[in-house]
Amino acid sequence: MSTTMTTESRDPAPVSTDSLAALLVAEERPPRPGAWSASLTFGWRAVLKIKHVPEQLFDVTAFPIMMVLLYTYLFGGALAGSPEEYLQFLLPGILVLSVVMITMYTGIAVNADIQKGVFDRFRSLPVWRPSTMVGYLLGDALRYTIASVVILTVGLVLGYRPEGGSGGVLAGTVLLLVFSFAFSWIWTMFGLMLRSEKSVMGVSMLVIFPLTFLSNVFVDPRTMPGWLQAFVNNSPVTHLASAVRGLMGGGRPADDIAWALGWSGLFVLVFGPITMRLYNRK
Amino acid sequence: MSTQTSGLAIETSGLVKTFGGTRAVDGVDLAVPSGTVYGLLGPNGAGKTTTVKMLATLLRPDGGEARVFGLDVLHEADEVRGRVSLTGQYASVDEDLTGTENLVLLGRLLGHGKRGARERAARLLAAFGLTDAAAKQVKQYSGGMRRRIDIAASILNTPDLLFLDEPTAGLDPRSRNQVWDIVRAVVAQGTTVLLTTQYLDEADQLAARIAVIDKGRVIAEGTKGELKASVGAGSVHLRLRDAGQRLLAADLLGRVLDARVQPEPDPLALTARLGTAAGEATAAGQAARALDELARAGVVVDNFSLGQPSLDEVFLALTGHGAHDLRDGSEDEVAA
Repeated sequence: MSTTMTTESRDPAPVSTDSLAALLVAEERPPRPGAWSASLTFGWRAVLKIKHVPEQLFDVTAFPIMMVLLYTYLFGGALAGSPEEYLQFLLPGILVLSVVMITMYTGIAVNADIQKGVFDRFRSLPVWRPSTMVGYLLGDALRYTIASVVILTVGLVLGYRPEGGSGGVLAGTVLLLVFSFAFSWIWTMFGLMLRSEKSVMGVSMLVIFPLTFLSNVFVDPRTMPGWLQAFVNNSPVTHLASAVRGLMGGGRPADDIAWALGWSGLFVLVFGPITMRLYNRK
Repeated sequence: MSTQTSGLAIETSGLVKTFGGTRAVDGVDLAVPSGTVYGLLGPNGAGKTTTVKMLATLLRPDGGEARVFGLDVLHEADEVRGRVSLTGQYASVDEDLTGTENLVLLGRLLGHGKRGARERAARLLAAFGLTDAAAKQVKQYSGGMRRRIDIAASILNTPDLLFLDEPTAGLDPRSRNQVWDIVRAVVAQGTTVLLTTQYLDEADQLAARIAVIDKGRVIAEGTKGELKASVGAGSVHLRLRDAGQRLLAADLLGRVLDARVQPEPDPLALTARLGTAAGEATAAGQAARALDELARAGVVVDNFSLGQPSLDEVFLALTGHGAHDLRDGSEDEVAA
């Protein structure tokens, strides 16, 4: 770090045109990487970025902790008699809410890469076209995993006791990761479609807040007015939260799991092609 | 290996791209021979970058046809991508990653194994004089180093065609010369280079053929010699010791060089535009003869310089307006 300044002013070593010429002698080009291999390489890039800019993990660590503490102690007493009681209901829901909320950073990352000028290099490469986007999402899956572990740990410390045991918790988390991966295609679309990081942020907020808060994450929808129930009961986040809550609570919520997976499939089928169309046409 | 039949690396006819109401590229025809450096010369906003982006499959043409090594850029885009590579401000490397990480990443994406990618990255960094900076984030690189890593990233697999979009914009003369050396080394190994630039001397230094592009159209095309012939060989600038000798000097230069001589605002200075039909093959030859004559006539010259025709002069000769007027004009159009 301390050498940064001197590097700027000092001239780099000269270019060696001889060794350059040796490098340029046309060799047989290696075969193209497969779809999965290219995606993994782009995912590796996302991990390297986390390594170099660890601040970006703030939103997957501090933010979820804040959410859990805030809702447990602010509303726990009023809604369920005591924070500990409420936590049993809230924790799977707040896990879903936090992870689904942080998916929106995908769009911002995509947009930032376009602005910074590395994007067209990737687009000019002869690789499987969606691999760039899948790479972002694989890197993000790592971030979602970190967020999930953080939230579950805080929950356990605060007194959350899932009846589904470790198997139920694991199943619920995997379902959440699958859903988040699929849901993120909305953000890759916005990241490619909108002009600036700010507009991506603005639109993302507009989508994510109603979608996550108008759900059964905080309270039972039966207390809501009828028109709102109609929305909440059919929201993908409600289906996902019910499924995760059921799995972690030791149940077998087959319907809710099917709904959550159905929504996931729908998101990929609709927003995946739109994303790729924008990516190719950009 | 190669599938080219016509010996042309790039062939376009009537290429068009519109953004909103503006025709950024308005019917460009190009024929770029393989194995050479081809210069696209023009001011900002002339349509150079848009043309390159269409050829590199990053933008879809709205009209016309473009082929790279005989492959259609629209319908055979994937095959085209396998043979070309590009470097520009918009196709750079990831600033957050180190030099090594960037090259290994791209090496892996081009199909090298882990080890192969690392080896190739290390050799490239060494050849480009970046070994000391290999473990530093690219955002800490200087402008010249940045341009080197950009080019290194473009030749991880030796491309058949390399697009260099304004590779020396904003560089100091030393870094610029080094980039020129790199370009020469690349083309010496058989790669075709399409170079866009705003600088006539850059096109002059590197390109075998040049297309001058203005408002989305090619307004002149030819070898350097042909192009220069159309604008004259350059100009001679003189600064005399004695203002009283200026008339005499002007008269002499006019006769010896068969050139138009203009007095400058500085009472000691004058400029002679060299024609092409002055008998001497080179501008330097003409100038040497002029100096000789001046000395014989007893005119004391304090300062003497020989200038290439500037991009402004080229534009003036070809279009009747200067490059800078045009630049201002085109920016207004974009803003409107």
